[in-house]
Amino acid sequence: MSMPFYVSPEQLMKDRADFARKGIARGRSLVVVQYADGIVFVSENLSQALHKVSEIYDRIAFAAVGRYNEFENLRIAGVRLADMRGYAYDRRDVTGRGLANAYAQTLGTIFSSGGEKPYEVEIFVAEVGERPEDDQVYRLTYDGQVADEHGFAVMGGAAEPPTTYLREHYRAGMDLEDAIRLATQALGRGEGESRTIPSGNLEVAVLDRTRSRERKFRRVTATELGRVLGNGDSPAPVPGTSTDPSGSHDPVAGADTGSDVPTPEEPLTGEPDRPGDPPVAPPIS
Amino acid sequence: MHDARLGPAFLATGSSSFADFLSQQAPELLPSRRALPEGDAAGLAPHGTTIVAATYPGGVVMAGDRRATMGNIIAQRDIEKVFPADEFSCVGIAGTAGIAVEMVRLFATELEHYEKIEGTTLSMDGKANRLAALIRANLGLAMQGLAVVPLFAGYDLTTSQGRIFSYDVTGGRYEETAFHSVGSGSLFARGSLKKLYRDDLDVDGCVTAVVQALYDAADDDSATGGPDMTRRIFPVVGVITEAGYRRMPDSEVAGIADRVIAARMDRPDGPAASLT
Repeated sequence: MSMPFYVSPEQLMKDRADFARKGIARGRSLVVVQYADGIVFVSENLSQALHKVSEIYDRIAFAAVGRYNEFENLRIAGVRLADMRGYAYDRRDVTGRGLANAYAQTLGTIFSSGGEKPYEVEIFVAEVGERPEDDQVYRLTYDGQVADEHGFAVMGGAAEPPTTYLREHYRAGMDLEDAIRLATQALGRGEGESRTIPSGNLEVAVLDRTRSRERKFRRVTATELGRVLGNGDSPAPVPGTSTDPSGSHDPVAGADTGSDVPTPEEPLTGEPDRPGDPPVAPPIS
Repeated sequence: MHDARLGPAFLATGSSSFADFLSQQAPELLPSRRALPEGDAAGLAPHGTTIVAATYPGGVVMAGDRRATMGNIIAQRDIEKVFPADEFSCVGIAGTAGIAVEMVRLFATELEHYEKIEGTTLSMDGKANRLAALIRANLGLAMQGLAVVPLFAGYDLTTSQGRIFSYDVTGGRYEETAFHSVGSGSLFARGSLKKLYRDDLDVDGCVTAVVQALYDAADDDSATGGPDMTRRIFPVVGVITEAGYRRMPDSEVAGIADRVIAARMDRPDGPAASLT
């Protein structure tokens, strides 16, 4: 009679967590920064169509790293939940907290159930308020943990160097252009070396509380981004924040991605992309 | 209403229609899923009356009077019957006000839902067809007297022109050229517009024409409200151009309505069209 192998619950959970963490770390980082008039999301994304940052509802946005099909699924679920709540009650009754809770329960249940593969995703749910104090940013991890973030946050890829950079340079009440420049510089920070990310490879979106429409989400266009970052590829230093003696604009060869720069990930799977591969269409959902 | 965990319906792939999702997840929220007892229910709830729309070079104008009636009673003097559906379209409602307002809310959510999930807006014809589907679902209620007959107008960004669609209670969808009107006073409004409408009107001229048409409708139809001079209540006017939907401010509508009324002091039947 054969006995099933015994795996301790601790080991089981650890294995699942390692699996999810590995998947998430393969992708590129995503930065969220609060500025005077709202919240800005900046991530490196070569695809124009497969978004990492999206609108959920009037004041709520969703940003994710990891496996595209998994977070796209969660995004659509969030849109459905928000629209149903807004329709059943009122537009003001759709809150970021409610959405973050639903995501947390979903991710938590999937993570701890034996039958399902844990989601390899990490999510930000952000809600812009009437005033900067009312802004909320929630970070949700693959296992359903929720954390409340303030000021700035980084997830995915090698998140530590950008976080350190932001901790040193972030100040409250920046304007949008400074916030985008700061986030872009932070994203370029790597272990040891730093690089300049061309503006064409960035996906930038904001929740802007000054918008007159009810829906506060908007994508920052390539033209606007080129103007903010200057010449489309080299981010100008943030005035008043560059205390780093090495300077924030290292002479990395502009748009030319050198061999020391990791190849951008393939958006569908989060795997490193082979250069020259055409973008893959998203699954119909 | 739902468990803490997002259920399978939320995570299911395939549909980008909010109404379809609702019909699976919370069918009781759909305006058409009501079981009514046998008999005529027409007297139950207020009815909205006249909606007028007209195109002009560069856009389309929609206007609605402000009256809701229940039989011989004026149920509301300042009801709003023209609603933006999304950035480039609007719906005017005639018929049972409660169900119509709910249907417009569902329609607006449907358009926004599609836009968020697909990352692109529906085409003008796609929007008109979705509205037709919602009206079709309401046929059962319509046969018991709770009909909703909207008028849909929008700016088509691909052809760069204003477009108008009318519907019947069975969900039939008909594209109209130049102008159209629905509701109890629509016959009079349409007759008025026939004589006043020209295809080279500017936006102010077009708004003046639809305000004249609403005045004529109110003149001959008891259920349509004319401009209320004592309370300063004027028609709701929506203007859609390539810049999007804009509700014309009451002060501007008041200015146009005042001019229309001043002219009617001299000639109560309105401007005279030439005979040939």
